[in-house]
Amino acid sequence: MINDRSRDIGPFVPADDDDMLICRCEEVTKGEIRRAVHEGMWTITEIRRYLRAGMGLCQGQTCSRLVKGIAAKELGVSPAELEPATSRVPMRPIEMRIFANEIKEGEEV
Amino acid sequence: MKNIAETVVIGGGIIGCGISYYLAKKGVSVICLEGSDFIGNGGSSRNGGGVRQSGRDPRELPLVMYGIKNYWPTLSEELEVDCEYHQDGNLRLGKNEKHKKILEGLTERAVKVGLDVRMIDGDEVRRINPYLSDEVTCASWCPTDGHANPLTTTLGYYKSARRLGVRFITGEKAVELKKIKGKLRKVICESGNVYEGETIVLAAGFESRKIAETIGIDIPMQKILLEALVTEAEPHLFDQMLGTAEADFYGHQTKHGSFVFGGSSGHEGFTEIYETPFSYSKTAPCVCRGIIKYFPNLLNAKIVRTWAGWMDQCLDGVPVLGNVEEVPGLVLACGFSGHGFGIAPGAASQIAELITEGKTTVDLSALHYDRFKAKI
Repeated sequence: MINDRSRDIGPFVPADDDDMLICRCEEVTKGEIRRAVHEGMWTITEIRRYLRAGMGLCQGQTCSRLVKGIAAKELGVSPAELEPATSRVPMRPIEMRIFANEIKEGEEV
Repeated sequence: MKNIAETVVIGGGIIGCGISYYLAKKGVSVICLEGSDFIGNGGSSRNGGGVRQSGRDPRELPLVMYGIKNYWPTLSEELEVDCEYHQDGNLRLGKNEKHKKILEGLTERAVKVGLDVRMIDGDEVRRINPYLSDEVTCASWCPTDGHANPLTTTLGYYKSARRLGVRFITGEKAVELKKIKGKLRKVICESGNVYEGETIVLAAGFESRKIAETIGIDIPMQKILLEALVTEAEPHLFDQMLGTAEADFYGHQTKHGSFVFGGSSGHEGFTEIYETPFSYSKTAPCVCRGIIKYFPNLLNAKIVRTWAGWMDQCLDGVPVLGNVEEVPGLVLACGFSGHGFGIAPGAASQIAELITEGKTTVDLSALHYDRFKAKI
């Protein structure tokens, strides 16, 4: 989708609930997300890379919908227009010693 | 809005964003076109964050050294974003005689071009980084190397360039270049939109090849998959950048506390070439096995995420930078061969200098497009 990043989305206006924590794992607030949008981060992927929102232990399974809603409102678009960030392997955090383990033929798990 | 600027930059990665930023700072009007929907979506966001000079080809080394001296130390202040730059040295680790020979060769070549790098033994390695296992018997040590955060640095260039008035358009895929009266002038996009500039910069990684072909220029590069992984946040252990002679992994601990490690399975160059870079099931376990041998302490560190990215691997492993005589108006900045992050501030500022002043502070002639010749 063609997205001209010079389009005017209006100024950042501070709000009373800007201190509200949205991404609990990485402690990112609503105000930080809103501000990032005004600094040019117009996609969930960019917001994530810029602020780490959704990059913690839960990998965004808790906050991604909230981040999307906040960003969409700031951009004046429907949340459906914003693509979610890519889900990445592994589904749950795995210890290196387990991830590294390869079962060889005849071995017990 | 008119689709005309003094310079049109194709590619919104760290190189394209960096060039746009340095040009805008000099008062040049810039339009930057990114084919994907995201800024910095290629190697710029997928690399291991190394800001290294050691182990680099002597042809690109002066440019990296220039960037480390002049840009990296103050980049966070300049871009108003935390680039998390650390200049705490690079250890390239070896475990046997074969590794030692590889490291000695690299060290010798780097010393010749004036880099402060030396060989050290296992005990000295563990004085610098006490968490390394006894398997490590030697290393090359470059104290002025380091690492930074590729995500915030790339987006920092974007943010600052945008603030200076650069017009960024994502999802606008350039597919063709066109000359007007013998001079390159037009960029035609898949959407049908046309952009015009006095100078067109091609900084689209591997995709640059297809675009350059439309004007008769073939840049000999290939797409090679590279993979990386990140752990959960761990207590602070060390600040050095690490690599190995065997190239089984490289990485560092981030400010956040997580460890970012890149690595390979040995299948690189022969993976499937789809548009999207996929993580292979073989690679992350293989990288973990490599890491554990060097860092037994990290046995229980949890991997939270893995990812993959394409390198624009050039025939001779160094980037293609500068003008192309056959196509006046074209400037190439691609083929970074997996070394594009650390070199980005140096390369981007020099390309901006080339465009505005017609010359550069660092000699780029060894990286010129006309270096590709037949073998006999």
